[in-house]
Amino acid sequence: MTPAQAIVAKELRSAYFSPIIYVVCAVFLVIFGVLSYIAVVNAGTQAIRLMQIQGLAAKINLNDLVFRPTFYSTAIILLLVLPILTMRSFAEEHKLKTFELLMTSPIGINHIVAGKFVAVFVIYLGMLALTGVVPVVLAMFNSFDWAPVFTGYLGLLLMGALFLAVGLLASAVTENQIIAAFLSFGILLSVWLMGALGSILGDTPVGNTIAYLSFIEHYDRLVRGLVDTKDLVYYASGILFMLFLTHRVVESDR
Amino acid sequence: MIDVQHITKRYGDRTAIERVTFSVNKGEVLAFLGPNGAGKTTTMRILTCFMPATEGTATVDGFDCSEQPQEVKARIGYLPETPPVYQELTVSEYLTFVGRLKGMKSAALRERMPLVIEQVSLGDVRHRLIANLSRGYRQRVGLAQALLHDPPVLILDEPTVGLDPKQIIEILELIKSLAGSHTVILSTHILPEATAVCQRVVIINEGRIVAVDTPEHLSARLRRSEKISLTVKTPPHNFADRLRGIPGIVSVFAPADGGVYLVECALGRDLRDELARFIVTNGWGLLELKTISMTLEDVFLRLTQHEDGMGERSGGETPQEARA
Repeated sequence: MTPAQAIVAKELRSAYFSPIIYVVCAVFLVIFGVLSYIAVVNAGTQAIRLMQIQGLAAKINLNDLVFRPTFYSTAIILLLVLPILTMRSFAEEHKLKTFELLMTSPIGINHIVAGKFVAVFVIYLGMLALTGVVPVVLAMFNSFDWAPVFTGYLGLLLMGALFLAVGLLASAVTENQIIAAFLSFGILLSVWLMGALGSILGDTPVGNTIAYLSFIEHYDRLVRGLVDTKDLVYYASGILFMLFLTHRVVESDR
Repeated sequence: MIDVQHITKRYGDRTAIERVTFSVNKGEVLAFLGPNGAGKTTTMRILTCFMPATEGTATVDGFDCSEQPQEVKARIGYLPETPPVYQELTVSEYLTFVGRLKGMKSAALRERMPLVIEQVSLGDVRHRLIANLSRGYRQRVGLAQALLHDPPVLILDEPTVGLDPKQIIEILELIKSLAGSHTVILSTHILPEATAVCQRVVIINEGRIVAVDTPEHLSARLRRSEKISLTVKTPPHNFADRLRGIPGIVSVFAPADGGVYLVECALGRDLRDELARFIVTNGWGLLELKTISMTLEDVFLRLTQHEDGMGERSGGETPQEARA
């Protein structure tokens, strides 16, 4: 086991025994369940209405009526929930003075940052996997196109990873977990709103640049089933840039 | 083994340590003594590559702390001021994690772990959560962590804090047994500890080194005058005045109840012989006569006298000297 793997293993073990993870998971899954339930019920009402107007059994499109709205609202839950997942990563090491142990061990800071990131990502992966129940159950009752569901999940995966990377950065700059959580929430919300700001400015170079920087436009395309290299590059570079900044903060913060 | 040259560390415009220079030979135990806030921890943090020095160089086993930190880190076992433990792990899980962090192979870890657990006597708590351990046990877990990968250099920041007297003796014995094969720097403000285990003492105050020497030399060097304590069976009423008449005697401290007299002689003058003859020929009955050398505690106090916050000293073991 390499040092980085040891950090991942230790983080996961700590998470397993920490109540935070269970609360975060439970809240996330309950809200996800409620949102998808609402979407399904809405879809049902629309189907009945269509039937009354057209007088025939309408074919309802689950992709448009259920998955897309659920994916959009999930992004908002992640904005609130993922900062809680990352807030302790570095902040707690500072507080408990275990940071000194990590920094005086013969391992690179990149291993520490990578280990921390992989650990929270694995937890997030688990959370996301549990939401898979919804499409599986829906598939038993109605047919729909799986491809946009997969790209939607890809979008959730990438955007969530970006949120986690931002959360790690926020956690590295403070030893107070609450500040870390609130800071990453603030950063994420601001970046989100940049999308709206970009659209106000319209199709100008400045407007387009600002809109590009916001993660929501890229997510939107993935949810609609469009896999564009541009969006994948956006997320990958965003995650790497955030991890790089985290590396710099950890390196200087001692 | 360890060489520190003119190290300065500034935090903003506050200077934590200034031009600190010392070196430690292989197998030597060196104690860092100083009041709180003197710069002991800062120096140790620079040596362990936890933070860089503003100026100056520090090398461990020939490797520069700022240029080859990984090489330095691999050779150092470090116990910080606060034991760096994860509360949610058990002792053995924690040590396994630290071993992996230090890049130990599974076989080496299996071999070293029981040994280290034995050395710091953690055997009966090895499967308990660190969160449920007392301060003394946590301190020992921290020590185990530093010893685990069998580093040639040990840097221990106040290793005996929070331990009970029996444990302190055990840990000091352990450190003593490591001397020779390991190079050890430990910081403390408890002086008997320093004298018990170390070959050399560095006294640091307000970020500057005030003295580097063996404990014996330090007290000898700082003995500004010779002091002799005298117990006389039937001293005359003007005994103190008659003593002052002897050439070379600077002052005499006479107790009100006629107990122990303290005689201070000029530097470099050994008047024991003359004093004894003086008392015996007068028939006053000499019961005891001995020189008093300064303990490390006196040295420490004298060197750091203007410093407040001296509440940490280990308690009045030498009331006579303190009075004199």
